[in-house]
Amino acid sequence: MSPVFYLLAAITIAGGLAAVLLKKLVHCALAAAAAFAGLALLFLSLDAQFAGFVQFLVYLGAVAILIVFAILLTRNAEEQDGGLFSRTWFAGLVVAAAVFAVIGWAVLRSGSVLPNQLAVPTATVRDIGVALMGRYVLPLEIVALLLTAATIGAVIVAMHEKEGEQ
Amino acid sequence: MLGEGIIKGLLETARNFVGSYVSKERLTTVQYPEERWEAPEASRTFPFLVYDGDEWLAGLRCTSCQICEKECPPKCIYIEKSADKKPDAVGKMQFYPTRFDIDISVCMSCQICVEVCPFDSIKMDRIFELSTDDRFEGLILDRQKLAKSNSYYHQIHPTEAAEVDAALASERAAAAAKAKAAAEAVAAKAAAAKAAAENAAPAGGGA
Amino acid sequence: MAQNLDQIFVLLTGWMVSYLPEWLRPYGVAVLGVVGVLAVYVTLFALTTWFERKGLGRMQNRYGPNRCGPFGLFQPVADGIKALTKEDLVPRSADQVVHFLAPLVLLIVICMGLAILPVGRNMVLVDMDAGLLFFFALGASTELSVFMAGWSSRNKFSLLGAMRAIAQMISYEVPLLLSAISAVMIAGTLSLPKIVEAQAGFSGILPHWYVFTPWGFAGAVIFGIAAKAETNRCPFDLPEGESELVAGYFTEYSGFKFAIFFIAEYLGMFSISSVSVTLFFGGWGAPLSFLTFIPSWIWFFAKVLTIIFVFIWVRATLPRLRQDQLMNFAWKFLLPLSLINLGVTALWRFMGDGWQRWIVCAAIVIVSYIVLGLWGMRRQHVAPRKYSYAD
Repeated sequence: MSPVFYLLAAITIAGGLAAVLLKKLVHCALAAAAAFAGLALLFLSLDAQFAGFVQFLVYLGAVAILIVFAILLTRNAEEQDGGLFSRTWFAGLVVAAAVFAVIGWAVLRSGSVLPNQLAVPTATVRDIGVALMGRYVLPLEIVALLLTAATIGAVIVAMHEKEGEQ
Repeated sequence: MLGEGIIKGLLETARNFVGSYVSKERLTTVQYPEERWEAPEASRTFPFLVYDGDEWLAGLRCTSCQICEKECPPKCIYIEKSADKKPDAVGKMQFYPTRFDIDISVCMSCQICVEVCPFDSIKMDRIFELSTDDRFEGLILDRQKLAKSNSYYHQIHPTEAAEVDAALASERAAAAAKAKAAAEAVAAKAAAAKAAAENAAPAGGGA
Repeated sequence: MAQNLDQIFVLLTGWMVSYLPEWLRPYGVAVLGVVGVLAVYVTLFALTTWFERKGLGRMQNRYGPNRCGPFGLFQPVADGIKALTKEDLVPRSADQVVHFLAPLVLLIVICMGLAILPVGRNMVLVDMDAGLLFFFALGASTELSVFMAGWSSRNKFSLLGAMRAIAQMISYEVPLLLSAISAVMIAGTLSLPKIVEAQAGFSGILPHWYVFTPWGFAGAVIFGIAAKAETNRCPFDLPEGESELVAGYFTEYSGFKFAIFFIAEYLGMFSISSVSVTLFFGGWGAPLSFLTFIPSWIWFFAKVLTIIFVFIWVRATLPRLRQDQLMNFAWKFLLPLSLINLGVTALWRFMGDGWQRWIVCAAIVIVSYIVLGLWGMRRQHVAPRKYSYAD
């Protein structure tokens, strides 16, 4: 556990907390982006370059921008009437704590089950590509099909609206 | 085919790029402080006030009618009308501006003040080197700074000034003729009245 | 001698670091490399601002800057002093923190992108296994800082400019990535130095650059166009169209923060040009086999500056696009063409050596270019615009 890890963990956790606790929606989105960036840097510090870069590319480049666009295009992002939390915040807290407990339990258990690997696994981009195109080609294609269907659906929704206007 | 126009355009700019180094005639700009370019006669920048004769205050054509002040779109003209009257260039008694300011930081050089002036008093100038280190006072021109002689006007816009002078002269001639006619008519009337009185007196005497 | 000259910066770094204690040496190498790369690119930035204004002037039959120093060469210095001494105004209603962070994030992200560029033989700051992916990941992160700048200024011009910029960057990122992938497919690696090595070697006197293949040429052109859109350069400068949006997302920035945006824009242009040089123009390789005695770093920067000159040339030639033209061009022309190009690349790879693949690949690229040009870019008759609320 190096100082770098603690720094990155602090950034990630602070970003996540700020995303929940800040008042302005756009600030929340930017804080979430900071959390994504922290997570990507954590991947990088673990020498998982591909995962880290994809985290950057997908989460910072696409998801964060999508969130921001959604906030700006759907409602007035400035006004925040009512309390900061919804009335069911307690239930949400319980669910989050439960999920955290399950993951933490799994992580702690796996530490004792798995043998302590000393050799750092070297997963190059080539290995990942080969795995995706070989062993996992079916899941990959299914995901691709799903995404294509979603894209076509989005286009049809948008087109229908336009025709209705005319 | 797609992209043909882009290629053509790129060739044109490349020709300019090389050509401007080869032939000086291509360069259209003037190296300003050293070289100067004779501005065309119709060019205009900011308004000024014309005066006749040599005395700027005495010769101001402006009668402080305030039409330009009201018409100015950005409201950059500020006029205070005088309480008394003074004789204008032809000796007629007129009001005059005790204060006439134009804020050239606001003026947009639209020339509307010139169009509406019934006395041909406000005209467009051609000066442009008006930069100053005081952006508030330095850019407000008062009536003394605005007043420029008719000969200056002739110098910067010869054609227009000649037309204006001709129009003013004919106006004045017409006014003079009218005045003369009126005077003559008055004189004739007076003479007629006198004659009538003279005629009436003996008649009265006779009665 | 030529060998030493080629490696002069590597040797120099080694010599300077040898005076440090053992445990400090890796840090010394890193610091020297970062300082060197930043210094070179910032100097290039200064020179390019001068060169751009001069070139634009000449292309418009003007002199361009010629007052500061010989040929106006000190113009960038004057600009720098001006930017540094200007008042830094922040709008009262702006979001102070985000407004302050936006230019910093942008500059940091752009500067990180410079780290992976192989500027010469054995001259790369960080040799990553997935360097190209790193570059595109950073490119995606710039969008967020553009949004931060636009949103935090509380200005409608800024926000509109930011929205336009993000829409444009997302749209053109797709053809940019797809055209880069074709080079990756042939080289078989995402590491930039290895892509350069894959293009080394000569046939006769001609080099094996990817741009001299049908798919590589198409890829280079698509990459160049998309790169212009990514860096918001004319004719894709809608996000900062002066006649419409004052200055787009950095309307409310003044003084040195504005200068940071300016630097970031140019550094982004350099890094994306450097990547295109690496991907398609043989990186630091010499263009002809008998010119290899000239140091590799000279070739690299000569190529980058040539591409910058093309950028300036196009800027002087083309007018700004309209928003719908921009989107049509990206989705109806560039995207299908880059997808077809990807297929052509695969075909090239699997047809093996021989002259047949040249004819087949070139024919597919040319035919699809013509067909897409006629179909995708045909003149559309636009009905009079209808307004939802104004009528």
